[in-house]
Amino acid sequence: MSEAVTPLNGARFEGLATIEDAGLTGMITLRGDLASKEVKDAVQKAVGLDIPAQRQAVSGQGSAVLWMSPDELLLICAYDSVSQTIATLEEALKGQHFLAVNVSDARTYLHLSGAGARETLAKLCPVDLSEAAFTPGMFRRTRMAQVPAAFWLDEAGTFHLICFRSVADYAFNLLKTAALPGGEVEIYG
Amino acid sequence: MLILTCPCCGVTGEETEFHQGGEAHLKRFGPGASDDEFHTYMFAKENPKGVHFERWRHNNGCGKWFHAARDTVTLEVYGTYPAQTLEPPKEIRDAITAKRPGWTWREFA
Repeated sequence: MSEAVTPLNGARFEGLATIEDAGLTGMITLRGDLASKEVKDAVQKAVGLDIPAQRQAVSGQGSAVLWMSPDELLLICAYDSVSQTIATLEEALKGQHFLAVNVSDARTYLHLSGAGARETLAKLCPVDLSEAAFTPGMFRRTRMAQVPAAFWLDEAGTFHLICFRSVADYAFNLLKTAALPGGEVEIYG
Repeated sequence: MLILTCPCCGVTGEETEFHQGGEAHLKRFGPGASDDEFHTYMFAKENPKGVHFERWRHNNGCGKWFHAARDTVTLEVYGTYPAQTLEPPKEIRDAITAKRPGWTWREFA
């Protein structure tokens, strides 16, 4: 068995914000009827969390459920418990119309923290990231410069950012450039 | 720059988050359609100065398709509505009439 590594392999940058590789993380795409009781119960059984409302994220200890689209969720769990979690979902959703796929190695997962985190991200995404507009628990899929990305904000003020593995290097360098000291805009005070 | 609201996920985002997908409400004929009908479906597109209906996709967001009614002159967006409709809903048509009385687009007015 080969050793799994993240595309950025633990990269870290400290500038106006701290950008760091979040490490190996289990990610499962779950598609189905999000309003159904079956999907709700299956998610509860698999990661112990509720289904988030539209464009929201529900986080637990080392797990999260993210609202990707009207019929799609992304479940975050420990990297080595993915097959177990998918098995639980498949068992709970037997007979339903659904899809549960391991996408852990198809994504890059970054953490963005520090005082300049909002501003760093706002330089790259066409999203209002002011404290009043983007509050903890919100989840947003958007464009980060030239690539699609998704992020959510936790209670501690850390942004969790996901993009495709193939653009990991680009995304990291992009954030790094946006967070270079000297590039303060201080638009959010 | 257009500001569009995706009716599927509710995001109000700028144009670069979306992708335009051609004219809305195209009618495909067939099977057994005549060459003329297929030609019309394939090539005869509206190119109006003013009110226009288009398909858009939220490609950097939820990935869903939807319809948008907008003005090609003022770049004003009159409204967006689900892709699963055969004609613009009444509130969209009313919004256009309020701004552009007497507008027509294909068979709609």
